[in-house]
Amino acid sequence: MSYRVAFPDGLDVFRLLSDDGNQTLSPPQKELGIEGFSTLNPPLPPPEECLAIWRAMTTTRIMDDRMMKLQRQGRVAFVGTSTGQEAAIHGSGAVPGQDDWVFSALREGGVAIQRGMPIDEYISHMFGNANDTAKGRQMPNHFQCKDVNFPSWGSVLGTQLPHAVGAALAMKQRGEDNICLAYTGDGATSSCGFHSAVNFAAVTKAPVVFCIIDNGWAISVPSANQTKSRSYATKAKAYGLPGLDVDGNDPLACWSAVKMAADRARRGEGPSLIALRTYRMGGHSSSDDPSRYRQDAEVAHWAGRDPVSRFEQYIYAGDIAAKAELQCYRETREEEILQGVARAEKVGAPSLETLVTDVFADPPRHLRKQVVEALKLVAEKGEAEAIAGKFPL
Amino acid sequence: MTTATKTKMTLVQAVNDSLKCAMRADDSVLVLGEDVGPKGGVFLATDGLTAEFGEERCFDTPLSEDGIIGVGIGMAMNGMKPVCEIQFQDFIFPAFDQIVSEAAKMRYRSGGQYTVPMVIRTPYGGGIRGGLYHSQSGEAYFCHTPGLKVVVPSNPYDAKGLLAAAIADPDPVLFLEPKALYRSSKMEVPDEEYIIPLSKVATVIDGDELVVFCYGAMVPVCTKAAERVKESRGASIRVVDLRTLMPLDEEAVLDAIRECGRVVTVHEAPRFCGFGAEISALAAEHAIEYLEAPVKRVTGFDTPFPNTLEHYYMPDTRRVVDAIEEALDF
Repeated sequence: MSYRVAFPDGLDVFRLLSDDGNQTLSPPQKELGIEGFSTLNPPLPPPEECLAIWRAMTTTRIMDDRMMKLQRQGRVAFVGTSTGQEAAIHGSGAVPGQDDWVFSALREGGVAIQRGMPIDEYISHMFGNANDTAKGRQMPNHFQCKDVNFPSWGSVLGTQLPHAVGAALAMKQRGEDNICLAYTGDGATSSCGFHSAVNFAAVTKAPVVFCIIDNGWAISVPSANQTKSRSYATKAKAYGLPGLDVDGNDPLACWSAVKMAADRARRGEGPSLIALRTYRMGGHSSSDDPSRYRQDAEVAHWAGRDPVSRFEQYIYAGDIAAKAELQCYRETREEEILQGVARAEKVGAPSLETLVTDVFADPPRHLRKQVVEALKLVAEKGEAEAIAGKFPL
Repeated sequence: MTTATKTKMTLVQAVNDSLKCAMRADDSVLVLGEDVGPKGGVFLATDGLTAEFGEERCFDTPLSEDGIIGVGIGMAMNGMKPVCEIQFQDFIFPAFDQIVSEAAKMRYRSGGQYTVPMVIRTPYGGGIRGGLYHSQSGEAYFCHTPGLKVVVPSNPYDAKGLLAAAIADPDPVLFLEPKALYRSSKMEVPDEEYIIPLSKVATVIDGDELVVFCYGAMVPVCTKAAERVKESRGASIRVVDLRTLMPLDEEAVLDAIRECGRVVTVHEAPRFCGFGAEISALAAEHAIEYLEAPVKRVTGFDTPFPNTLEHYYMPDTRRVVDAIEEALDF
């Protein structure tokens, strides 16, 4: 029985960790890469890097659980969790250095924390409060952190991909050896942004790693109905790019594939397309009921392939860290997040004046007038009534 | 003090000259678009740029407007000042989302952390027998988008100075070039770089009985109409070239309305929700007590842009004179 909703079983994916996590597999004997992407001598993350990846995965798991609880309690408006995808997100997210840029989509916010975004800043964004660096203008789950070169995404999918190409071309033009890691989901591979960006990057040899997190579902549409390509990485062939399909629940393989692609880009050899095949354990978001469109058996199958416990097994088997050490980190992180939530909830909304700032560098006359009118109305008639609507999707 | 040298040039040459000045002054200015490289653009606006500045700074892109603008945004976010060319304004709509949802909103949605100092140059408007897809005036779509500036020059001198201002601006600017005027006349233009500030109107002809608001290719049409009415009946008609549509020089517009009391607006774009409606609304909201006649709008028809009947669609001197006389005789 096939539990892959996307592709026929038997597709060779690049993997380095056994299913039970107890051992690393010998590198594949045959080339799995597309258009010259070699997998015969893959690098492995050193133990310290593995531990850092595990910490990031664990932080995301705890953060998602907490945010979902807050959403169910009516304290946060919207959450899109990454549960089940932590290996794909943080194995890849560990590769770019501090001077590289990361362009994210809905579920890669944890990479900002992995790169050094303070937890309080992350949580403040979820509340859209006055400490949110985006001043409460975006919906939750549209994270940014300029200090770690992590711009936010817009909700129109695929649009961030050409930006990554542009930012990468700026790096190339200045003679830097930095790269952009550009994430997209499986659904957005059908968008014009994906096509424009991948083709543009190929033609200009932009130092970009395109990373498709294929979690099987674009809201309710399975990958089988998103593309008739044999796999998402296959698309690389048409663009004349190296590509690779990777076991997205294997953090070693995710790190290794993206590392090879990033090194290639850094050497001036141009972009690559890496597809990390994983599974979205939760709904599309806090407002979605996935039981309307997918089978319990499929979810159960993937529940048995949990990337966090698989990786923990590797960490214990390889004597990278002891159980107690991981448990201690988990508890500390949980406490930090709880305290961060408590602090963020005490912070009020951004001031009404911020309604008209940052439209342009300086608010022009018509905006200055509009905010004066809004402030006057509040002074005379009181605050605007809260809006009762709830986000539907 | 040295005397500034000047050269007689067309509007499209002034655009080219402005690009060269900006690229010489600042290494981060670069040009991208379809056929902008060795060919120099289909209108030659980028002629000689690749030869002088190299393929890195003036380069041909794949045929992808969405890609041109999206890539330009990324470059601008990371320290460059891209000047993107969209070959015809009619071809801009594949990039509409990148312009409206991304470039225009980047500063706002990031709380000022990421910005897009980018210029989008594109030839707009009719009068070249270009039919539906080489003739449109889409300024209203973009003026309706908070976060974008929209600039329309009407002569070579303004084109050079306004483009310099657009490139220096910290926000995305849509620079609409009236292709009907690209080579229609020559004008003395200073060789050195200079800036004409955005959001400042220019009074082309002064007058106090009626004001005509126009921009781009409609400026010479309106100027001629005003002169004709002055000859025929001695009326004193003011012609104001708006130059920047967003953010609009509201004060200057309202002053002109209050001083003249009669208003005609002229644009090639369709009438419904066109820019003339905004001027009309400003007059109604803030200067109704000064109005001596209803605001008249001379515009394209509320139809797609026709080919064979283009000369009926486009506002011409005849139609503008007619509107001026109706307002004067009200």
